[in-house]
Amino acid sequence: MAEKIATRAAYGKALVELADQEPNLVVLDADLSGSTMTKEFGTAHPDRFFDMGIAEANMVGVAAGLAACGKKPFVNSFAMFAAGRAWEQVRNSVAYPGLNVKVVGSHGGLSVGEDGATHQCIEDLAIMRAIPNMTVLCPCDGHEMKAAVKALLAYEGPAYMRLGRLAVETVTDSLEGYQFEIGKGVLLRDGQDVTVVAVGMMVQMALKAADLLAEEGISVRVIDMHTIKPLDTEILLAAARDTGCIVTTEEANIVGGLGSAVSEYLASACPVPVIRHGVEDEFGRSGAAQKVLEAYQLTAEGIAEKVRQAFSIKQALTL
Amino acid sequence: MKTDMRTLEAVAAKGRLLGLDMVYHCASGHLGGSFSAMDILTVLYFDVMRVDPKTPENPDRDRFVLSKGHCTPALYPVLAQRGYFPEEDLKLFRSVDGHLSGHAEMRHVKGVDMSTGSLGQGISAAVGMALAGKMDKKDYRVYTILGDGEVEEGQVWEAFMSAAKYGLDHLCAVIDVNGLQIDGKTADVMPTEPLDKKLEAFGWHVLTVDGHDLAALSAAFERAKGLTGAPTMILAKTVKGKGVSFMENQAGWHGKAPNEEQYQQARQELVAALAEKEGK
Repeated sequence: MAEKIATRAAYGKALVELADQEPNLVVLDADLSGSTMTKEFGTAHPDRFFDMGIAEANMVGVAAGLAACGKKPFVNSFAMFAAGRAWEQVRNSVAYPGLNVKVVGSHGGLSVGEDGATHQCIEDLAIMRAIPNMTVLCPCDGHEMKAAVKALLAYEGPAYMRLGRLAVETVTDSLEGYQFEIGKGVLLRDGQDVTVVAVGMMVQMALKAADLLAEEGISVRVIDMHTIKPLDTEILLAAARDTGCIVTTEEANIVGGLGSAVSEYLASACPVPVIRHGVEDEFGRSGAAQKVLEAYQLTAEGIAEKVRQAFSIKQALTL
Repeated sequence: MKTDMRTLEAVAAKGRLLGLDMVYHCASGHLGGSFSAMDILTVLYFDVMRVDPKTPENPDRDRFVLSKGHCTPALYPVLAQRGYFPEEDLKLFRSVDGHLSGHAEMRHVKGVDMSTGSLGQGISAAVGMALAGKMDKKDYRVYTILGDGEVEEGQVWEAFMSAAKYGLDHLCAVIDVNGLQIDGKTADVMPTEPLDKKLEAFGWHVLTVDGHDLAALSAAFERAKGLTGAPTMILAKTVKGKGVSFMENQAGWHGKAPNEEQYQQARQELVAALAEKEGK
């Protein structure tokens, strides 16, 4: 079993590791540095760390001003507040002027668990993606997260990245020739019958679902779509042509996020059945993270069920 | 760049005339708040700020953020007169064929340091610029102008807190206190006073000045340079629509373009004022 680490933990470590080689990297937080894991950076580089208090709107605006003066700010809060509370600041003060600010939303999705619906952001991928100019990332494991932070630091422009709360299995480190590139999906497993396009920790579940389905004789291709915008249309087009149907899976509302992005593209480029797996347009609720995920079918079995549906639709269409 | 008072007065008077033409030609825009802020902007760009239109990206320049970002009919005429772009460009204000958007925009308008327009956000960017200067031990100063209606936005107070926390004494903000906003008197819509006591309680130095007295404005900005340990707020008492008799103190002129008759009358008044300032 590979190492288990939360993407937020890998993120916090990556910031510290990259600090010396990029003196313009500055980190802002909104009173959540222990949870967003930026605290270590703050301890190591107090002169480059700003705790802006529980004031996300101002934090994003201050980051815009820092960026306008050549700094490379990463602003941090829970996804709910980084993407939600400060959405219009991200839109007007960061994305519109094209400033080099990285907005990082930790604790995305239902796996926030016990804190419940007010803190379970399932809309961030959709609302960030809706902003022109924005790059939107959600890496699936610690290994990929480290590469993503490095890539984001090298990328000049506005971006949003979602981090997860839970420790997750590392799956990308053993992949031969793995390279992280913004806007390029990763083929994790090849298959012929159905493609599952996954993001964040649904990637690991998609791999488990592929195992389950292999036993049933369904061959599943799994793509880790760590970048939701810009979308890797090349890998999607090949998947649609090769497997003839797609299942998307995300720890987010099925409205507006990865599933929507994939559907929008394929509807015109290569219309095939696309089934969106995720939160079915409802709010989350309190509970232990795993229990909440199970309650909303955000599980390997939940994905497998959608794959069976997609496969049967495809078969019906080709009869 | 120090400028004598007579020249400053002429720049401000011409700025109002240019602003009026801009709004009249595109039949939209914000004259009331632009005219209340015109004198402040004139003093900043022609007397106070260390800027050079030939090197608008100089990292050591003073910065300005128009937090009340709709007042481009004041900012753009001042920038044009200062030499950032030809006055001719003002004719294409708010035109799809021009580069001068309705609200202040940094990517296409030379001299604009931050895109603004959504109220409450510019002050935060100004705080960030001041923070960057402090980190880099640069000696540039950061200036911003807010509206007194704008301070109803909660983000403004978040920004005030953060500027005080970091002791940004090279940040100097101005509130253009004209007492009016779209729906009427600020005191009726959402009372913001007493701004001096509130800002002092937030840890700022506070100066109060007549926002149309160019010498007093110049002196206040100069005094702010000597105030240390905390940012300075200049409360500039102004008249919305200043310079055009029928626009003065009328909330209705917040974001309305004049009709032909109103335009001609306003123009007459502003031309006369300019001629007087230019000593003609």
